[in-house]
Amino acid sequence: MSFSERIHHPATTGRGLKVYAVFLFAFLYLPLAVIAVFSVVSNDIASLPLQSLTGKWYDEAFSNSEVWSAVKASVMVAIGAVIIAVTLGVPGALLVDRYSFPGKVVFQKFVLLPLILPGVITGVAFQTFFQMLLVPRSLLTVTLAHGTALVSTVLTTVYARLLRVDRSPEQASLDLGVSPFRTFLHVTLPSIRTAILASGLLAFTLSFDEIPVTIFTIGPDNTLPMYIWSALRTGAQLPELNAIATVVVLSGAMLVVVFALLSREDSR
Amino acid sequence: MINPESGLAGAPTAGAPEGHSAAVELENVTKRYGEVTAVEDLDLRVEDGQFLTLLGPSGCGKTTTLRLIGGFEAPNRGIIRIGGDDMSSRPAYKRPVNTVFQQYALFPHLSVSQNVGYGLKHAGVSRSETAERVGEMMSLMQIPDVGDRRPRELSGGQQQRVALARALVMEPKVLLLDEPLGALDYKLRKEMQFELKRIHREVGVTFIYVTHDQEEAMTMSDRIVVMSHGHIEQDASPAEIFDRPLTAFVADFIGDTNIVHGTVTRIEGGHATVDLGPLGEIGGSTDDQLASGDRVRVSIRPTDVHVEPGGAGEAVVQDSVLVGGHIAMKIASGDETVVAHVARGSSYEPGANVHLRVDSDRIRVFAAAEGA
Ligand SMILES: Nc1ncnc2c1ncn2[C@@H]1O[C@H](COP(=O)(O)OP(=O)(O)O)[C@@H](O)[C@H]1O
Ligand SMILES: [Mg+2]
Repeated sequence: MSFSERIHHPATTGRGLKVYAVFLFAFLYLPLAVIAVFSVVSNDIASLPLQSLTGKWYDEAFSNSEVWSAVKASVMVAIGAVIIAVTLGVPGALLVDRYSFPGKVVFQKFVLLPLILPGVITGVAFQTFFQMLLVPRSLLTVTLAHGTALVSTVLTTVYARLLRVDRSPEQASLDLGVSPFRTFLHVTLPSIRTAILASGLLAFTLSFDEIPVTIFTIGPDNTLPMYIWSALRTGAQLPELNAIATVVVLSGAMLVVVFALLSREDSR
Repeated sequence: MINPESGLAGAPTAGAPEGHSAAVELENVTKRYGEVTAVEDLDLRVEDGQFLTLLGPSGCGKTTTLRLIGGFEAPNRGIIRIGGDDMSSRPAYKRPVNTVFQQYALFPHLSVSQNVGYGLKHAGVSRSETAERVGEMMSLMQIPDVGDRRPRELSGGQQQRVALARALVMEPKVLLLDEPLGALDYKLRKEMQFELKRIHREVGVTFIYVTHDQEEAMTMSDRIVVMSHGHIEQDASPAEIFDRPLTAFVADFIGDTNIVHGTVTRIEGGHATVDLGPLGEIGGSTDDQLASGDRVRVSIRPTDVHVEPGGAGEAVVQDSVLVGGHIAMKIASGDETVVAHVARGSSYEPGANVHLRVDSDRIRVFAAAEGA
């Protein structure tokens, strides 16, 4: 269903909206476009005029072993964080949706707190926590911190879906003689499957570009954002960073599209 | 007890010999939600193969009664038996009943065939037998060709049939239907009423059917249980419910009727003579304990009111409208307004002076509500 099918508005508002949309997109994507452009020209620094087209920044980026190990670290951290966030967040969403227990309202509020907490605060908290337990900082501590902080993201996404899911098919399943556990597997889970996938993707991208929590919890390794950040601070390899950033943005865009498609699926 | 008639309500009109077990039996069942008593002290015995309808206005406890039988709610008090077995400790998924839910509750992610076969598959029935029984059931429901579609690709009537097929394929002892036709338009509803009757005849399963539509209940049921505020007002055959309502509530709820007020002048067995003031004297049957001088309510069907030319000051026609094949006239007489249904061509203009004559053995007399 397209946007225009759903909302019927007078033609003038329609034009106004279009102009607004163009400006909004320009505002949002101009910086990214600049990076993309400078990643394919041979300028050493980002200044006009543009020089000749080149693929050398991409060559350099792809042959840089530091970049590769940073990408690997980021992917591993993100996957680990997603696993933690989903295994804790989905049951949490079911708990909040299905059961009433003493203090549920308080629980509902507090479980969302990490969503609005500044990353720096979360980061400091985790650092203190790990220090207290004498856990040496490493990619594992980063993964734990990301995973824990992202539980709320998964929980809210899945909970939002559960609120919209019709409960009556579950009753129909019980009515047809199917046990509660199998009903969960065969009726409830399929109805929130896309929300789980979508929230997992969202958690993945959030973890992938995370810096504040990472700074406080990382050991000797570098994640990709950390690598880019430190490279920027030393001022070296600027065009190469543009190439990396462009690749990351394009991959992220693909994930966003997948996320949007998944979120749309059962809203019919 | 709020209602003076409720002592008579459970009268065993469809009485069965003691000792043999009914398809479904409710004994003194009460269900409360916090302050609200949804079902109060309900006694009900449904015989094998019956088509029993729970009829009553919205909020009277019909759905709650079905959910209690289905095992989706637990009673606060009382016993529920299915096929003679106490269901107290049996969860919904272990009860030998199946439900057709009001909004169908089909599985959106499964095909129609998978929906119908869902219960059999999980009961461990073989693939080939499941396919066979699903096919048969879908033929019986006259939807043999939609098996590969998703529920949302079907019309309301087709979804309704899938929901029925999904429940009936389990061969339950009892089928519970909660306003199954409520979401369909008028014409389709009429059609499905006959379909449901046919299916009931063909499969011979006990049907407990819930509706708030008295016409639907009249058309379909072997037996009607009229409910109000969580208790049973009357439990009888459709004809008896219509001709001999036990309470003013039932008289009012079933078919059109005029409820007018009067005073008993004579009482003889189950027959009361009532002075209706300007409307004159009238005789009617009663099941209530009445005495001469008691205030009563009298139920007169509009078709039993005959309108004749009359003198000034007797009764005046207020309104006259065509309803279907007849004319409904609203006539004022003293404080009362009476509706009469007359054949076309024999009506009077608004403002005309008329005389009302009531001639019927269907007149019912009820004790006036407390405080009336
Ligand atoms: N889950 C519930 N929680 C609280 N009150 C309920 C619940 N279900 C039903 N009720 C109340 O119980 C009464 C009977 O409801 P119901 O059985 O659904 O009536 P019906 O199906 O005849 O319309 C109503 O007053 C309704 O508000
Ligand atoms: Mg209901």
